This record gives sequence, C-alpha cells and structure tokens, in this order.
Amino acid sequence: MRSVPSAERLLLLFLLTAATARAGEAVPPEQRPTTTLDAATLDRLVDPESRDATVTALVEATDVHALPVLRALLEGNLYRGPAAMLVDHEGTLQDALTGAPVQVDREQLESVTINNRFRKTLERSVAALSLSRGSASDRLASARVLQDNPGPEVLAAVQKATEHETDREVREVLRATVAMLSLASPDPAQRLAAVEELRRVHAKRQLLQRLEVEQDPTVLAALLDAIRNVDLALQRAAMVGLVFSGLSLGSILLLAALGLAVTFGLMGVINMAHGELLMVGAYATWLVQLAFRGSRHFDWYLVAALPASFLAAAFVGALLEVTVVRRLYGRPLETLLATWGASLLIVQAVRMTFGAQNVEVSNPSWMSGGVTLLPDLVLPWNRIVILGFSLAVLLGAWLLLKQTRLGLLVRAVTQDRQRARGLGVRTPRVDLLAFAVGSGIAGLGGCALSQIGNVGPELGQGFIVDSFMVVVLGGVGQLAGTTIAAASLGVVNKLLEPWAGAVMAKIAVLVFVILFIQRRPQGLFALRGRALEDG
Amino acid sequence: MSTATVTLASALVAPAPPGRRLYPPLVWAVILAVYGTLVLLVPVLHLAVPASSPLHLSDYTVTLLGKVLCYATVALAMDLVWGYTGILSLGHGLFFALGGYAMGMYLMRAIGRDGVYGDPVLPDFMVFLDWKELPWFWLGSDRFLQQALLVMLVPGLLAFVFGWFAFRSRIRGVYFSIITQALTYASMLLFFRNQTGFGGNNGFTDFKRILGFPLASSRTRVVLLVLSATLLLSVLLLCRMLVLSKLGRVITAIRDAEERVRFCGYDPVSFKLFVWTLSAVLCGIAGALYVPQVGIINPSEMSPASSVEIAIAVALGGRGTLLGPILGAGLLHGAKSVLTVAFPQAWLFVLGLAFIVVTRWLPRGVLGLLWREGRP
Repeated sequence: MRSVPSAERLLLLFLLTAATARAGEAVPPEQRPTTTLDAATLDRLVDPESRDATVTALVEATDVHALPVLRALLEGNLYRGPAAMLVDHEGTLQDALTGAPVQVDREQLESVTINNRFRKTLERSVAALSLSRGSASDRLASARVLQDNPGPEVLAAVQKATEHETDREVREVLRATVAMLSLASPDPAQRLAAVEELRRVHAKRQLLQRLEVEQDPTVLAALLDAIRNVDLALQRAAMVGLVFSGLSLGSILLLAALGLAVTFGLMGVINMAHGELLMVGAYATWLVQLAFRGSRHFDWYLVAALPASFLAAAFVGALLEVTVVRRLYGRPLETLLATWGASLLIVQAVRMTFGAQNVEVSNPSWMSGGVTLLPDLVLPWNRIVILGFSLAVLLGAWLLLKQTRLGLLVRAVTQDRQRARGLGVRTPRVDLLAFAVGSGIAGLGGCALSQIGNVGPELGQGFIVDSFMVVVLGGVGQLAGTTIAAASLGVVNKLLEPWAGAVMAKIAVLVFVILFIQRRPQGLFALRGRALEDG
Repeated sequence: MSTATVTLASALVAPAPPGRRLYPPLVWAVILAVYGTLVLLVPVLHLAVPASSPLHLSDYTVTLLGKVLCYATVALAMDLVWGYTGILSLGHGLFFALGGYAMGMYLMRAIGRDGVYGDPVLPDFMVFLDWKELPWFWLGSDRFLQQALLVMLVPGLLAFVFGWFAFRSRIRGVYFSIITQALTYASMLLFFRNQTGFGGNNGFTDFKRILGFPLASSRTRVVLLVLSATLLLSVLLLCRMLVLSKLGRVITAIRDAEERVRFCGYDPVSFKLFVWTLSAVLCGIAGALYVPQVGIINPSEMSPASSVEIAIAVALGGRGTLLGPILGAGLLHGAKSVLTVAFPQAWLFVLGLAFIVVTRWLPRGVLGLLWREGRP
C-alpha cells in the first residue's frame, strides 16, 4: 500500500466516486463498493508500466466490482477491442465496464497477456477481493491462496476479513496469513505477536525465512524458541502419523489374514487363492457401486456392498472347497498347488470379464476428507473407517467362534478332528461352512480395500505372502495372535519406512518373520498340543 | 542328536543296496536316443541344412530347446527335494535366478566397449545411474572362472544357511513352503531396486559374447544347447545314483515318516540340508546356462509364480520319478511357448487347470499313467 503514490490514490478516488452509480445495479446494498472501475483505470490495468500499482490500489480500496475484470485478466479472457475493453463471459463478449453484450468480429480482438510475476499478484488480488464473498468453502479457498502466496499489499484486506469472518477454519487461515505478513512489520511488538501466532500454526518455513533477516534480539530469541518448538511438534505429529498409517496397514492385513487364520487353523491347508477372494469382494463392491450410480442413495451403496462382497467371496470360497480343497484332504502341499491354480483361474476369469484395467471405485462423500488432528496431521476418513471396520469384523469373527454353535463345532474340529467326528460332528459340513465364512471375511476385506486402493485383477496377489506372514506370526487359529501380529507387522513396516525406504522395510519385515519362526515355529500364541508332527 | 546318530557321511559312502540298476535297457535306449537327437541331429539340422529347407531348425526353436533343457534340470533338482525328500520349495526360482545373475554379471562385463555408453568397465545401467566405479561385489566379475564358481557358491551358500536355520527349527510342510516363497519374494523386491546394483527391474540384457564367442552366432547357440543337454543327462545320472544309494533310502524315509527316521537314529537335518543345498547348486548351474541362451535375466525369475511353475512341472510329469519332471518341464514350457503366442488369453486357464487336474486326478503325474506299477 505504502508504495502507491498519493497522487494516484487521489485520482483513483476521484474516478471511482464518479462511477459509483453505474456499478451499483447488480450488487446488494451491503456490499456496495466505495469505488469502482472506469475506462482510465482499465487502461492503466492493462498497461505493463502501471498495472501493478493499479491492482494494488484496487485491492486497497476493496473494490469488489473490479473482480470480474481481474478474473478475466487472470484467465486470459480480457480483450482489447476496437472500441473498448471486452470480457469473454462464457462465450459471449461483453463490455468490460458495463457488462453489456457487444457484437464484435473476434478477428479484431487482441488478448491482453500477462507475465507470471503479474499473474501471482493478480491471483493474490482476486483472492483478497473474494475473501468476504461466497460460501465458507469459497472463502476458505481464497484464504488458502493468500496463505500460500502472501504479499504485503493484501494485509489490510486480510485483516479486515479476519474481523468479519464467522467460519472458524477460514479465520484460522486468515490469522496465519496476517501473522506471516506482519512478520515483516517494522514494529518489534507486532513481529513478536506474529512469531507467536506462526508457532501456533507450525509455519516453520516463514519462521526460518525471518530468522535470516531478523535483527532485534528479543524477536530473534522468540524466533529460535518458536522454531525449536515447531520442530518438536512436527516430529510428534510425524510419529503419530506413522503409527496411524501403520495401524491402518495393520487393519488391512488383519482383514486379509482373519479368514485365512480360520481356514488354516481348521483344516491345516493354505489357500493360495485367498488373495483372489479379496479381489472378488472388491469387484463385488464395484458392481454394487455401478448399480447405485446416479441414484439418490449413492452415498449409502457400501451398506449394500458389504453383504454383496461377503456373499460373492463366500460363494467362490465354498466352490473352491467343494471342488478342490475337500478332494485333497490330508495332502496340504498339493492343496497349496491346486489353490494356486485356482487363483490363476479366478484372476484370468475376472480379467476376461471385466478387463485387465483397474476399475474405479469412488468413496461415498462421507468417507472423503479427513480429521485434522494437528496442523500437520490429517487422518483420512476412509482409513479411520476401515480401522473401525476391521475391529468390527474382528468382533464379529470372535462372536461367531465363541458364541455360536458353528463356532463351537469349528473349535472342536480345529482341536481334534478325529474325536469331533467320533462324537458325531459332521466335519465336512463344518469345513465347508468355515471355509465359506473365512472366504466371506476376505470378501469384506476386499470391500474395504476398494475404498483406499486400486481395484484390478491383480489386487489379491500382493497379499498372499503378507497375510501368511501374519497368520504364521500370530499362531494358527488364534484371533488374538492374528490381531496382534497384523497390527505389529503394519506398525513395524511403517516405522521402518522413513529411514529404510518402502522396499527395504518390507524386506526387513520378511526377514524378521523368517528369523522369528526359527525361534517360535508355532507363532506368538501357540495352541498347546501333543502332536509331534504338526504341533 | 547324540554320537550314535547315523550321519550323512556314512550314508554317502555306503554302497548302493544290491539288485538295483540305474535304468532298465529300454529306458536307457530312450534316454540315449533323446540325448543323441539333441546333440547330433539338432546341430546338423540347424547348421548344415539350408534355411529354405523345411527340415531346417530356426534360431527360435534351438533357443527354445535350450531353455526347456535348463528348466528340465531345475525340475529334476526340485524332484530331489520334493519328490524324494518331501520338502516342497516354492522358492527354487531364486536359486535359478541367482545362478543366472552370477553368469549375467560376467556377460555384462564381457560386453566391454560395445555397450550403448561405451564405458570400458562399467555396465550400461551403472553409467545410466551415474555410478563412478564398480561396487565391491562386482570386483573380478570379468573373470569367467570366478563367476562360474559363484554360480554354484551363491545359491549353495544361501540354501545352506537358510536350510540350516529352517531344518534345525523343524520347520516343515506348508510352513516351509510359505517361508521359501517369502524368501524369493523378498529377494525379488530387493533385486527390483536400482541401488542393489543388479540393474533393477530391467536386469541384465544386450549380452554380446561369452569367452570371446559371439552369442548371436549359430555355432555358439548349438554349443550352449549341447552343454545344456549334457548337463541335464549328468544331473539325471547323478540324481539316479543318489536316490538308489543308501542316502536315497534315508531321504525317502524322511519324506514318509520323518519322526520315525529320527527315532531310528538318523539325523534328518543333515540329510535334508545336503539334498536341499545340492538341489540349489544344480538350479544355479541351470540358471547360468539359461541366461546366455535367452539373453536376459531380470527379477521376474524370482517371482513366486515362476517358482510355483517349477513345482507344477514336477507334479505334471510325476513326482519321485526323475524322468517325470523332465517330461513335465518339456510339456509345460512347450505348451507355454505355443499357447502364449497362439491363445494368450487361454494360457493362464490351461496353467490354472493343470494345477488342479494334476493334483486332483494325476497324483503320480503323466509318467504315472504310463508306468502303472514297478517304477524303473
């Protein structure tokens, strides 16, 4: 502001008062500007020599009427016509000043071009002028533009907007922007206040920038203190974020491994097509989503997708049990190979039916966005929901195993198949049902996966090794072991990632599991048994 | 185990039980006929018969034959551990690939100045990554003998260390299978990284010559084919001798009832470890012969899928027969090279069905259909 020559301000004031009447039409009275555009200002706005000063003056005067023209200039829709300046408003040419439609041959128009530096100034100015307009999210967008790209000339506008702002989030952003700008203030007291404010919002970059030029010892001390403080907070946030993403990974591993733990514990066979059951669940979710597309209830398609994915995967699992697994009873190694073959068949069948490309599953709107826990830590809603969902599935599986008759039979057969059969348990039926339920749980896992990752025919293949690591680490047929193993594998993996890289972290975890098995071949929570061979 | 334990050494030197021949005459005749065709007829048809003649064998066919022979050697090595000792490895592709990489290192260095960047020492991918000197594990990789030793040492050592830990902890059955799969999967991830120093996901390719002979020439190709066939025959004879020896009886007993073998005073760990390590070394040699013929080695050889294919080749031909796996590898890779070209969509269906059909209905493989009882 201070850079604008006073003569120009006078001139502007004069021009703007002269044009008030004409501009007042479309604007509600409370937003009626004190100034507005006229032809001379417009000319100066497109003149590279004077345009910076002109824009600055417009912002200073909070001239919201200049907005359409500034926007047009920013978007390259302002033209120099034969008679007057024109704006291309959604395909129709209008007079830049009056807004009246104009019939001009486009051949005669000359676009007003701007360079990148001026574009920044313009963006800032447009944002500053729009600070008090539109919905809260529009205002937030404008405030964010200013926060990312602040300039001294918008300080007054931002301060004014801060006072009037009603939305908490927007006000926070505006306050941070004011603090960034007043960090350059000549008054040390104001700078101190700004440092305090920036410390609160963890604006480390701005503090560091100021550190290089700051002379005042008190402010310098405050700056150093604030930077240390922010560093600590950032580290803490990063740590919490890592643990959260580890738990999130763990929840997915849990969903993938839970069904496997049941079937492996029960029948001692490893279903290599287990990952493909996840994929089937994810595709079922996609199909349900397709059916809901365009409907009013689209946001609730997941409610229908959950049973669909469970049933689809359970059906495929049951089919697998009847055709393959049951026939190879007592030959676990052959089962391994046969189910691998089944996984190839499923993948190829899906690929030929739905195409080899990934399909798009969109989140319902209530799952997008996130919770801002700290200024630098946003926990995405979809991951939180999946974390909760996996716990719910765990609870369901636990209830099923401990509270239902099927669960009782499953536990009996797991512990001693021969004796259970001797007591009249129809083991083939138990096997089939347990296999179907375990597969259905995998289907639920696939439904959850579809919300955070790509859904394609190869979706499940990455999970074979991982989910077995969980089962092996946790101990066979143990829900508690499986849960703890999934969570700890996920967290360890994510904690290793920052300093080892994603691939090395994965390798380290695999090596760790291999070494762990050496010490405790039965996993964390071993079932106590007397059998020498399978113990 | 106490000192009374019968260890590996005594079983190795003990004479074979009497009354067992390597093979009956008819089987011998078939084996020698196939070998003769490969080392005599194929070179003649490839080199001497003009390309216009319908009898001429193309470069593609000769390479394919060489490739299948290498896979057959791997299947044979797999049969030793799975068919006879009862250890299903889902990670044998790793040993194959390690042998291939050791040979590939030599072949990369043998490119010399003929690479894209023309660097006399550094392979192209290192120049591309802007490395200034060879990493320590590449030292001396331009010496053929050293690399030929590494072809056997690296897979052998890895298998020994891994097996020592696993067998001592009595990890077996599906646990062992899954851990071998995890091992090869982890190695694949490791080799995918550019920083590991083995060319990342592109691996090694664009080889020019081996021991000074150009790899693109027909003569080199034929020599490599003859070497592959000879390797396969030698490995077959070696395995046959092993399984007929006292050691062979012990490992078969381990397969059928490991605890009883232990209680009879034998130490299963050393037997398993010996067979396991030997099998890995054989895979490494096969990998080393595979790479110059195919002209490329990359981490996809370590993918769990490639290792499972080895197992299914063994199951398809017939486990515990030695000749079966050779047949199985031939059928599988023959079908693969035909079908992936003719019906790319159908190949995975055929492969997937092969897994199910063989395990459900052909527990003794194709050879089991031919030989009902009384194995040769």
